[in-house]
Amino acid sequence: MTVDANLVNNVTAFIWHEADLLDHKEYQDWLTLWNDSGLYIVPTDNNETDYEATLNLALDDKDMRRMRVTRLESGESVSAGAASMTVRMMSRVRIVEQNEEQVTARCAMTLNELRHGKLITYPADVEYILTPKGSSYSIQRKVVKLLHADGYLRTVSFIF
Amino acid sequence: MSELISLENISLKAADMVEEGRVHKDLYSDPAIYEEELDKVFNSTWVYIGHESEVPEAGSFKTSYIGRHPVILSRDRKKNTHVLLNRCRHRGATVCEHRKGKTKAFACPYHGWGYGLDGSLRGVPKLEEYDGVLDKNELPLESLRHESYQGLVFATFKDDIEPLEDFLGKAKKWIDLFVKQGGGFPLKVLGEHRFNFPGNWKIQLENTTDAYHFPIVHKSFVSSLDDATADIFDFLDGEGFVEDLGNGHSVMVMIPELIDLEADLDQPIPARFEELAQALREEGQSEEQIKRLVRASHGTGFNLNLFPNVSCSMAFFRVLRPVSVNETEIQHVALGGEGAPAVFNQKRMRLHEHFQGPMGFGTPDDGEAWERVQKGSMAGQDGWILVNRGMGKLFTTPDGNTAGAVCSETGMRGAYQHYKKMMAAGEEK
Repeated sequence: MTVDANLVNNVTAFIWHEADLLDHKEYQDWLTLWNDSGLYIVPTDNNETDYEATLNLALDDKDMRRMRVTRLESGESVSAGAASMTVRMMSRVRIVEQNEEQVTARCAMTLNELRHGKLITYPADVEYILTPKGSSYSIQRKVVKLLHADGYLRTVSFIF
Repeated sequence: MSELISLENISLKAADMVEEGRVHKDLYSDPAIYEEELDKVFNSTWVYIGHESEVPEAGSFKTSYIGRHPVILSRDRKKNTHVLLNRCRHRGATVCEHRKGKTKAFACPYHGWGYGLDGSLRGVPKLEEYDGVLDKNELPLESLRHESYQGLVFATFKDDIEPLEDFLGKAKKWIDLFVKQGGGFPLKVLGEHRFNFPGNWKIQLENTTDAYHFPIVHKSFVSSLDDATADIFDFLDGEGFVEDLGNGHSVMVMIPELIDLEADLDQPIPARFEELAQALREEGQSEEQIKRLVRASHGTGFNLNLFPNVSCSMAFFRVLRPVSVNETEIQHVALGGEGAPAVFNQKRMRLHEHFQGPMGFGTPDDGEAWERVQKGSMAGQDGWILVNRGMGKLFTTPDGNTAGAVCSETGMRGAYQHYKKMMAAGEEK
């Protein structure tokens, strides 16, 4: 087995960039990372593959992503205003598939949230489908598979 | 070390904390009252367990709770449903830890006792050692009394309380209206969101009959909607009402035009539904059927609160479970039509995702408000929660029920008066 270290580096750099934007709530810049037809998905059932035919925690197309960001930035949401700070670690990046059109990668995420003085941890497997854009990438699909997706979650006022 | 034994009657103390227009904040935070509630309320009435569509076939099951008791809703080979205590009769382990699924039997993981879908004890390893001391017929999984109405399954520990239909009473009319949102197809559970919040279960019970909070807490949700939809959610000044249906049940009508989803089918399809209508047209649906499906797609215009643990809330079931005095688990159960066009059910799931669940545009803000109520309940020695809104402007509905304006607290008062009655039942002053 050979690992294309250059490719892993490029993909990891992109994933880290996205993670940094989200932790620092630079949501407008985050929106520009997406293809128009891209989907942001947080499933309730991690074994599902047909996300449109099942209920998800989030299944955001372009409009829903924009509305989600608008809501979080509006100042009208009492939960978004409750000082939801997040710090996420992205690691264990592996290229699952690659061709000229797209790269499929998956990685581990541990997201920590501080809310009302309490630390909450969200471990997840994250899958990306990225398409080349200039010297970097654009997101075609991001699936966040929370380890406790089918359990009782706390409410979420940030973006995974 | 000696301890003072309290002679105080906790149930009566809790009942006394419910007045006509206010309830004491200790009802949210006193662990002793919570323990009494599990017995006096959850162990003593009809509790919602699930919907029949969640156990559609022989062998289907789902797990649930009555208060603190884990139970299983199952369907046996003859397609009869059962509600079974999830506890092996040998050494007491739960026999099923899955949320839902299909099985031929429930097997205890500890010593391998096996039970049928009807709860009967089928297999006991090394049975010969029980010669003369055990009769398998006497040790099925304990079966609870259960009845259903329009597919909603309720169970109870009490064999002597009224039949389910009597308990639901005046709420039945509204359940009949609620199930019309299958769009001509039988109502079906499509999936569910699960979340918890650090607060007492009654805070959630109140919320589904609280229109007053909507424009404040959900401002960011309303802002995310198109103008026409936002207008529909601007219902506080409209003709809506809250009606006390008795037995703790109530209905809050926010959008009177959407009480009966099978009425007004002659109206043209609003522009904002055109995308769904077009998708249905491309599937070859008739215009009549399209109008029916489009009208049903967004759910009803009311929340029906069924005491103590389920609300038929516009387009979904909201089910609560008390975990401790200050923790509550909630399920937001998405609904659609069994056999309905896929685009219809998918539209309903997308709408559900928009507002409901831990990542919806509505729920996190509700959760924040509820958490603050729980925190606030610790402030001061003596404090009251006001539920007197609209008490001075009550009227009687054509059905003969007490009602108030859409943002009145009529439903909360109805629930609390029933709670008071249940907490005081069987106790003497």
